[in-house]
Amino acid sequence: MIDRRQVRHVARLARLELTAAEEETFAAQLSHVLEYVEKLNAVDVSGVAPLSFAGDASAEEAWSALRADEPRPGLPRERALAAAPAQDGAAFVVPRIIE
Amino acid sequence: MRALGELSDALARGEVTASGALGQCLDRIGRLDGAASGRAAPLRAFLRLTVEEARAQAEASDGRRREGKALGPLDGVPVALKDIFCQEGVETTAGSKILAGYLPPYDATVVARLRAAGAVLLGKTNMDEFAMGSSTENSAFGPTRNPWDPQRTPGGSSGGSAAAVAARLCPGALGTDTGGSIRQPAALVGCVGLKPTYGRVSRYGVIAFASSLDQVGPLAQDVRGVALLLSAIAGKDERDQTSSARPVPDYGAEMQKPAAGMTVGVPREYFGGGLDGEVEAAVRAGIAVLEKQGVRTRPISLPNSPHAIATYYIVATAEASSNLARYDGVRYGHRARAGALLELYEKTRAEGFGAEVKRRIMLGTYVLSAGYYDAYYLRAQKVRTLIRDDFARAFGEVDAVVSPTSPHAAFKLGEKLSDPLAMYLNDIYTVPVNLAGLPGLSAPCGFTRGGLPIGMQLIGRPFDESGLLRLARALERETEWHRRLPPLQEDGDARLRL
Repeated sequence: MIDRRQVRHVARLARLELTAAEEETFAAQLSHVLEYVEKLNAVDVSGVAPLSFAGDASAEEAWSALRADEPRPGLPRERALAAAPAQDGAAFVVPRIIE
Repeated sequence: MRALGELSDALARGEVTASGALGQCLDRIGRLDGAASGRAAPLRAFLRLTVEEARAQAEASDGRRREGKALGPLDGVPVALKDIFCQEGVETTAGSKILAGYLPPYDATVVARLRAAGAVLLGKTNMDEFAMGSSTENSAFGPTRNPWDPQRTPGGSSGGSAAAVAARLCPGALGTDTGGSIRQPAALVGCVGLKPTYGRVSRYGVIAFASSLDQVGPLAQDVRGVALLLSAIAGKDERDQTSSARPVPDYGAEMQKPAAGMTVGVPREYFGGGLDGEVEAAVRAGIAVLEKQGVRTRPISLPNSPHAIATYYIVATAEASSNLARYDGVRYGHRARAGALLELYEKTRAEGFGAEVKRRIMLGTYVLSAGYYDAYYLRAQKVRTLIRDDFARAFGEVDAVVSPTSPHAAFKLGEKLSDPLAMYLNDIYTVPVNLAGLPGLSAPCGFTRGGLPIGMQLIGRPFDESGLLRLARALERETEWHRRLPPLQEDGDARLRL
C-alpha cells in the first residue's frame, strides 16, 4: 500500500520532518485508511462530473460576485507584522536562502 | 441557568440583567470548568475566558436596556466561541501548539456580528486541533470531558462549545462543522446544534480546515437559542465570496410555525449495521413524536451514503493539506530553531502540529500528489456528485431527512485514539451533509439506559434551515429531553434554573 520510502517522499512534499517512529506508524495507519478509501474504485463514476464546491445553486453566483473596485484601507503593516516570530519593522525575516 | 431563548425574554422583561447573567456563567465556570474549580475532573470546556471584556460588554448592554435601546434578542446574552474564530487581540489557537500565543489583528465576521447584536463574548472553547477529530482529544491543550460522564468525550471537534452549553456554563456557543463537528458533539452532550447550508454564514476569519466543507453554526440548549444565534450570524459578507446573498429569514419566527403537513424521509442506509440499538430506538421514538404532530414520514434510499466517509477523507484531507501549508513559521505562530529555510519549515511543522493533523496533511498530500490525483481526488469529487444527487432526488418527494446523528452515544476517552479509521467512522451520518452542502441539525431525542444523551439528525434542502428548526421545535415542544440536567449538581447550586 504505502511504504516508508513513500511516507518520506510525501512528508518532504508536505514540508514535515518525521521521526523514524512516525514514519513507521504513518506507513501502517495511512495504508489502513487508503485500503478503506479504495472502496471508491468499485463505484461507477463514468459520465459523472466532479463536484468541487456544493454552494449556492451554482458556483457561478459565488465566483461572479464582484464588488465595486474602490480603494479602502487594508491591515496596517505594523499590525500585519505584529504576530511574526521575526520581523524588522518592514518585512518578515527568514533565514538567508541565497548565498 | 435559563435556556438562551428564555434568558432573552427575561432580559427583555427586566427580570435579569446582562451583568447578572454573566455573573452566573462565570460562577458556574469557576466551580465546574477550570483547574481552579478544585474538582478532580474539571470539564475544561474553555481554553480561556475574556472576563474583563465580557464584564464591559455586559455593563454596556445593561446601559442600553435602561435607555430602551436594546440591540435585539441577543443583547446581553453570554455566548462562547470555539477557539477557531479570530477575535481581535484575544489569543486564538485552533487547539494547536503551532498557534499558541497568536493574537489575531481582526475579528471574524461572525464575531463582529455577535458584537453588533450585543452578545457578551465569554471566552474561547476547546476543540480538536484545527477541527480535526470527533472527540476533542486532539486538542494540544488536553481533552474536554462530557458533562454526563467525566470518563467520556463530549464528541468533537466543537466539544468545548457543546460541553459548555450542556453543562449550563453558558446559554449558547458557536462552533464549526466540516464533517459533523457541531452536530455530533451536540448529540453526545444533549444540546441542539445546527450546521447551516454551505454559504449561509461567512467563513471570514474562521481558521480554515477544508474550505468547501467548513461552515459556522450555533449550539444552544433550546431550538430558539439556535434560531436567534443563526439570525444574528447569517447573511452575505463581501469578505467571503462563497457566502450567499439570499435574504436571512427571522428564524425565531420561522421556528414557531407548525411542522404539521411536512414530509420527512427515513433513509434505510442510515438505520443499518453499526447503529447502536438504543440509539435507533430513541431516534424512532423521536420520529413517532413528529408523526403525532402531523408530520408524514416515508422510507427513502440514499444509495451512495456508504461511500461518504471514504469520499470525505479524501476531499477534506486534500483541502486541509493545502490550507495548512500557511503554518510555516514565517508570518505568525511557532517557529523552530533552524539554519536553512527548508529546515525551518519542516521543523516548525514537526514541532507545532499534533499526530492527527500530521496524519491528515500526509493523507491529503498523498492523494493530491503526481500519479494519484485522478485515482483518489478526482474520483472522490465524482462520488461527491453522486452523494449530492441522492439528496436532490430525495428532496423531490420529502421536505427533510431524519436519521441518527451518531451511530452510538458518547464513547470513553482514549477508546478510539489508536485507531484513526474507527474514529473517522463516528461521522458516518454527518459527513454526507457537508459533502452535499446541506443544512443539518441535531436535537436531543432521548437517553441510553446508562444515562447518556442521544441525538436525532434532521437534514434539509439548501437554505431551508427554517424547516429544520420547525421540526426540531415540534420535537422539543412534546419532550423534556433538553431540560434534563447533567449530574453536576454536587456543587449544590440551589439557584439553578432550567
